[in-house]
Amino acid sequence: MTLEIVKPGLATSVQDLGRPGYFHLGIPEGGAMDRFALRAANMLVGNPEDAACLEAVFMGPEIKFTADTTVAVTGGEMPIMVDGEQQQTWTSFAVKAGQTLSFGFLKSGARIYIAVSGGIDTPPDLGSRSTYPIGALGGIEGRAVAAGDVLPIGAGTAASAGRSVPADLRRGPSNPAELRVLPGLYWHRLTEAAQASFFDDTWTVAPEADRMGYRFKGGRPLELVDREPPFGAGSDPSNIVDGCYSYGSIQVPGGTEPIILHRDAVSGGGYFTLGAIISADMDLIGQLQPNTQVKFVRVEMAEALKARAQRKAMLQKLREELM
Amino acid sequence: MKTRYTYGGDEHIYVEIGEEMSLEAFFVALSMSNAVRDANLPGVTEICPANSSFQVRFDPDVTDPEEMMAAIKQLEAFSDQAEKRLSTRIIEIPVFYQDPWTHETLMRFRERHQDPSGTDLDYAARINGYDSVEAFIEAHHSAPWFVSMVGFVAGLPFLYQLVEREKQLQVPKYLRPRTDTPKLTVGYGGCFSCIYSVRGAGGYQMFGITPMPIYDPEQKVSYLKDFMVFFKPGDIVKWKPIDRTEYDRIEQEVENGTYQPRIAEVEFDLEAFNADIAGTNAKLMEALNDA
Repeated sequence: MTLEIVKPGLATSVQDLGRPGYFHLGIPEGGAMDRFALRAANMLVGNPEDAACLEAVFMGPEIKFTADTTVAVTGGEMPIMVDGEQQQTWTSFAVKAGQTLSFGFLKSGARIYIAVSGGIDTPPDLGSRSTYPIGALGGIEGRAVAAGDVLPIGAGTAASAGRSVPADLRRGPSNPAELRVLPGLYWHRLTEAAQASFFDDTWTVAPEADRMGYRFKGGRPLELVDREPPFGAGSDPSNIVDGCYSYGSIQVPGGTEPIILHRDAVSGGGYFTLGAIISADMDLIGQLQPNTQVKFVRVEMAEALKARAQRKAMLQKLREELM
Repeated sequence: MKTRYTYGGDEHIYVEIGEEMSLEAFFVALSMSNAVRDANLPGVTEICPANSSFQVRFDPDVTDPEEMMAAIKQLEAFSDQAEKRLSTRIIEIPVFYQDPWTHETLMRFRERHQDPSGTDLDYAARINGYDSVEAFIEAHHSAPWFVSMVGFVAGLPFLYQLVEREKQLQVPKYLRPRTDTPKLTVGYGGCFSCIYSVRGAGGYQMFGITPMPIYDPEQKVSYLKDFMVFFKPGDIVKWKPIDRTEYDRIEQEVENGTYQPRIAEVEFDLEAFNADIAGTNAKLMEALNDA
């Protein structure tokens, strides 16, 4: 079967759990910004957890189906309609051949995941269907979906409608959102005052927030420790000799606006990074809208690992509920 | 050089060999990252060597971060003794300096540049003490370059020139990054040259353009059929200045599937290079010219 994109939304793309293994060549892992939501959507429609879905940001697409199937939408909260009839979020529902799936205005979060039983079956590149526009990989010719695109769907397992993720397993950011940070990398480049103010200040998500990175405004500028520029680094105090960027690492060009590097980020560059968001909180970033208030919370490794274990337990619980 | 170990969140260990760029730091980063690969440490998922540092990504559910850090630190002593020697290749990359496409782009972004009154090459020549753009261009292509990192975006090489420290060209990046750079632009930032593998944002100064693709996700280009990325760390590059006629000819050959880059297999030994830079480069060039 296929589905046809009637309206594409803002930047709707095919995503799965990404293509790890090519970062040393400048090709990022990519994949869903909110991996938990993608896994949940797949489980609801009987897909393997890593099947490809549509990730839509801020605005939903309009999609016409050519065969009967089961669909689920997870992630941010956005009214879901099938031929105008409202459906439940985080819950599987039936769609008949010829029917159209559409969405209302975003109520909370930022990204939704649309899973179709059988999964989106566009050709994989380097082991993944995830769309990476800069490298023209995955999705449809490496780009976001456009009106008129016809996407192939794999063979489904006839998953039943009405399966639902319990409310306590639906995770979204609080307000203000809290993102936990493990200081490290080039943390020593900040003065003590800047190390303190980074965590004390409340930051706001800037309009420049996408799959590559999330920029933040509103906190005090971060002062850097004086130094003689190392050979090859560049003259700005925020420059380093170009190195790798960790997923979730926070760079602050010029010491002014922190940028969290996310799934499609550049693999390296010449700006210092002050540490990284812990792995357990990466999904939350994908659900932040511009203008959301954010507090960065300092943690040590033990707490990062504890949070990671909690996330893993939550995923295990979801599997027990739905598999 | 003093090696510094740090965490990048709970999934990465970042090892800075030296704050400064040097071939010594690059070789330690490369041999240590190779040692991490050969050690087959449980939980390691990605190993990324960079100019003077490297990064290991791992699954902390498989190996505790402290254990992983200790295991990587242990490999430092081993790689100190590793030979700073590489079996690699030298590749001739044709460059059309002062081409119309990067010129059009740099004129569009003049307000983001240190010197809006001239071109990127005018500025780079002046601040490096060259009398003319032509003399600066010659300095850029007269000695070979070493690929010290692949990354930023898909398949983009960072290149470090094989000359004495005092002869290294240094140019700052744009004051604010451009939102556009033509595909295959030959750029410059800090002490590094690069080739923009794809069109997109960029902050490096723009000197010219090569007609030779270095990234092809469709793998249609004849020499990229085996793998879509051309460069790997340790490759050596010699720029060859070309004019518009030759640019057009090569572009047509790439299109026809008949273009073959000039490549020679070579050995690079860091100690031999440090002992005799001119002699080592002459040997590299001899191998290339025989190819």
